[in-house]
Amino acid sequence: MLNYTAPSTVEEAVRILASASGPAKVLSGGTDLLVQLRSGRAKPGLIVDIKKIPGISGIREQDGAFVIGAATPGAVIGECEALRQAWPGVVEAANLIGSTQVQGRASLAGNLCNASPAADSVPALIAARAICVVAGPNGQREVPVESITTGPGRTSLRPDEFIVEFRLPKRPPRSADAYLRFIPRTEMDIAVVGAGVSLTLDAAGVCADARVVLGAVAPTAVIVPEAAAALIGRKLDDAALAALDQAARRACKPIDDKRGTIEYRTKVAGVMARRAAAIAYERAGKRR
Amino acid sequence: MSKHHVSTIINGEPTEFLCEAQQTLLDVLRDELHLTGSKEGCSSGDCGACSVTIDGRLVCSCLTLAVEAEGHKIETIEGLAQGNDLHPLQRKFLEHAALQCGFCTPGVLVAAKALLDRNPNPTETETRYWLAGNLCRCTGYDKIIRAVLDAAAEMRGESVSA
Repeated sequence: MLNYTAPSTVEEAVRILASASGPAKVLSGGTDLLVQLRSGRAKPGLIVDIKKIPGISGIREQDGAFVIGAATPGAVIGECEALRQAWPGVVEAANLIGSTQVQGRASLAGNLCNASPAADSVPALIAARAICVVAGPNGQREVPVESITTGPGRTSLRPDEFIVEFRLPKRPPRSADAYLRFIPRTEMDIAVVGAGVSLTLDAAGVCADARVVLGAVAPTAVIVPEAAAALIGRKLDDAALAALDQAARRACKPIDDKRGTIEYRTKVAGVMARRAAAIAYERAGKRR
Repeated sequence: MSKHHVSTIINGEPTEFLCEAQQTLLDVLRDELHLTGSKEGCSSGDCGACSVTIDGRLVCSCLTLAVEAEGHKIETIEGLAQGNDLHPLQRKFLEHAALQCGFCTPGVLVAAKALLDRNPNPTETETRYWLAGNLCRCTGYDKIIRAVLDAAAEMRGESVSA
């Protein structure tokens, strides 16, 4: 028998999760959870709908930094012009998840906690150095996005914890990000490979900082420091892009499945990393 | 276990219903409220046959719990026509023969209405991407897209060129 509750504060939600007698699931957009309920993959005794908590859905800008509520739907993220300006890669990644209908509900917290290796928003959030604010019985703690997913379908969150919001830092001048995914069609598919790149350039157009993250090529999203190192101190010339490509390929530990072979995913990861870097570089160059 | 009491506004009418936690909004619309225009296709968010809007936002009613509807405004295909007057989208779907079996049609119409509410003058590309989550196995989509663009033109008050 399934129970449902919709607490109105973070503290109440934590209390309910901590005192649940059986398995409980946190509900935000439900676009993964309801599919799992129907298939029997998830069999919670209790659903805790967090959407009645004030501020859990919506975007706030504070001195150039952004706070995105955990349950904010993708469509709302896409409509936030200021966020789109500051973090175009995060927004394009979030908006790649599912259809218009799915965008009406699907959230960043759900995409992250569903813990699919192919989650589109995750490489972009990690490239952006996004921080999750996690609520639990001992209050709130800040956790880098890359520390949440531990494997397919698994997270580091305790049963009495949930994500309240995401924080994106203020951007230095001449900074931009980009996310690209490869799918064999144009819409409504799951990433064969995803690549998120965030860059900061100096006044001469040389990369001063870079972060490169790949999705769908390992059990979790992979940060590739060697790929970032290939860009830093350079102007995205052919040699830098070739080194980036090689580093991205070396970081891949993909599986063979119906979406792609190991060889294919590995090759495409290099291509996606290069193209995402080129887009981020062009965007950053326009922000003088 | 006691059922949840839910108060909503459906197609402008204040509506109350009782539901169990695991019932989807689609279950309640069809089986309790007998609004059977919304269809169950895939139950996984891929086909769009169950499309409704909640507070103006297009969603899959099969991926929404009925209990989540509490306090929200739902619009379904049953609210599209005004009495006997078909919505321009419905008329254009008939004129363009933008349906065959009709199973996907309610969801496509609800989704198309949500598009035109936001963007009265969408391009063909925008329309195709917006409707990418509405699967149709009959028409090949071209007639659907033409009907939506034609309805949009009529609603903008432009003389229509088919």
